Amino acid sequence: MIRTGAGKDPLLRRPFSIHQSIAQGQIQIYFKVVGRGTEILAHVKKGEALSVFGPLGRGFRIAEKSPACLIGGGLGIAPMLFLAKRISQVKKDCSQDLIILGGRSRSEVEPLVADFEQLGLKLACSTDDGSYEMRGYVTDVFKNHDLPADCSVYCCGPEAMMARISAMCKEHHYPCQVSVESVMACGMGACLGCSMPTKSGIYAHVCLDGPVFDAEEMVWNI
Amino acid sequence: MEYLKESDSIPDLRVKIGTLVLDNPVMTASGTFGYAREFEPLMNLRRLGAIIVKGISLHPRAGNPPPRIVETACGMLNAIGLQNVGVERFIKEKMEYLGNLSVPIIVNVLGDSLEEYRQITERLCHCTAVAAIEVNISCPNVKKGGVAFGTDPSMAAAVTKVVKQESTVPVIVKLSPNVTDIVAIAAAVESEGADAVSLINTLIGMAVNLKTRRPELANVIGGLSGPAIKPVALRMVYQVARAVRIPVIGIGGIETAEDALEFMLAGATAIQVGTANFINPRASEEVVEGIGDYALRENLHSIRELIGALKVG
Ligand SMILES: Cc1cc2nc3c(=O)[nH]c(=O)nc-3n(C[C@H](O)[C@H](O)[C@H](O)COP(=O)(O)OP(=O)(O)OC[C@H]3O[C@@H](n4cnc5c(N)ncnc54)[C@H](O)[C@@H]3O)c2cc1C
Ligand SMILES: Cc1cc2nc3c(=O)[nH]c(=O)nc-3n(C[C@H](O)[C@H](O)[C@H](O)COP(=O)(O)O)c2cc1C
Ligand code: FES
Repeated sequence: MIRTGAGKDPLLRRPFSIHQSIAQGQIQIYFKVVGRGTEILAHVKKGEALSVFGPLGRGFRIAEKSPACLIGGGLGIAPMLFLAKRISQVKKDCSQDLIILGGRSRSEVEPLVADFEQLGLKLACSTDDGSYEMRGYVTDVFKNHDLPADCSVYCCGPEAMMARISAMCKEHHYPCQVSVESVMACGMGACLGCSMPTKSGIYAHVCLDGPVFDAEEMVWNI
Repeated sequence: MEYLKESDSIPDLRVKIGTLVLDNPVMTASGTFGYAREFEPLMNLRRLGAIIVKGISLHPRAGNPPPRIVETACGMLNAIGLQNVGVERFIKEKMEYLGNLSVPIIVNVLGDSLEEYRQITERLCHCTAVAAIEVNISCPNVKKGGVAFGTDPSMAAAVTKVVKQESTVPVIVKLSPNVTDIVAIAAAVESEGADAVSLINTLIGMAVNLKTRRPELANVIGGLSGPAIKPVALRMVYQVARAVRIPVIGIGGIETAEDALEFMLAGATAIQVGTANFINPRASEEVVEGIGDYALRENLHSIRELIGALKVG
């Protein structure tokens, strides 16, 4: 949770995924300007201090023994670099792993590719308009790849995309984890504002119980 | 050179709510502090005057569908829908931890009938850890077509009467600002024996998304809180404090010790920190520190000297 400024407006912190972090205590976020908070953040100068509160919630749980398929769509690419790094560190064999990145057009995907390439994992990209790599959705890339039967899927992106991927994983019996979004006020379980309906009928709280959930638990709102 | 002498006593920050003595006037507002445990790693809970936990009803409530919150200018709207685990699970799962904190625990209660208010009070008064009860009367009265108890002096008085009859601890009645005359409601609950009133609960508001042409909240309307409501809250605290003899607890947009002290000048005996907890989890503790610093700086013997000391005219 990041406070975009010290004043009363914008009032609340904004939630972001950690894109990269290093042991020396630096974190990097990757974000898109969608409103006032992100607009202010985009103008923060080097050396300026910001109040950051985290890390919070439950992240992806890595299945160390099974091949991994990471899928990031649009801004859902942001948490995938952190995950890909962790996977390349903790898993002994990454030879069957695959990262799929997709966006609307070249500018949403290409600038991030170099960072992922450094990890040496297999990479496949798509853009809706075909301006970079394959034309189509990440779901098409996913379909076109022959994934190992014991593959674990990790996914973050727009809800419609995560819903499609979840359904496809269910068909193939791949365990699938999704990282979901919701509006947040506190990020620590105090306001109960970040609720998300689940299959069990009760509301989960994205900041505490998530943002990563088993796809099986989710009720998609599309 | 001026001779520097140690002040002989640190300023007295204690205040009294009914029979309950608080170490300082700072509490956390219901619904903005979870069940306190969430804040344990981030601050020293023991510094607080009292902790008010999330509103509890007789039976569990699932709450409203999302989106439940939206930010507005200098504030936020919420329509959480009074989600809570119900009184039995609250006692089973949260009470032991809270009881061991050595800070007065005030339980905020809600109901949709007089009978529910009565039963929940009875249940809570069996727990030794409960120092006081705060009654949220901003809830709809199901038997009266869903009109909020807190909008009608006679209904507000009826709830107070029921809870007072059952309660063995001080009763604070939390007033709704969504009324024409808040003084009339305060007077009505005082006459039924309320030990204190706290105000204000959230102001009903709404936000519209032009792009989607939909309301921002699934519930359409929600409660406004945060710095945006502070002037309204101050005005209501001022008016109520002049009209009643019981202590008034000020709530609404308090983020700093300065905000808190302004409420005390306007007549509040104690205050609650709400939305500010979301932005700065240490906000309530910082308010305690700031009030102490102020009292020292101003050479106050007791913080109580400030209550209602506003100079008017
Ligand atoms: C767990 C989590 C991780 C996130 N990680 C990232 C990240 O790594 N990079 C990134 O760019 N964004 C991320 N987001 C989304 C980010 O929090 C929002 O884009 C941001 O809060 C918008 O703030 P604003 O003040 O600019 O926009 P506002 O002025 O608040 O809103 C502008 C528009 O953005 C929409 N919006 C606001 N909040 C969200 C939200 N939480 N999700 C989707 N849309 C929203 C509003 O509906 C509105 O249309 C994440 C959100 C969550 C919950
Ligand atoms: C997310 C949220 C949940 C709340 N839940 C409750 C509640 O359960 N019971 C209650 O009496 N008041 C509740 N309130 C109202 C606050 O206790 C407080 O009266 C109000 O927010 C004004 O104070 P503030 O501006 O400091 O937040 C809630 C407020 C918020 C923002
Ligand atoms: S954001 Fe407040 S409970 Fe999740």
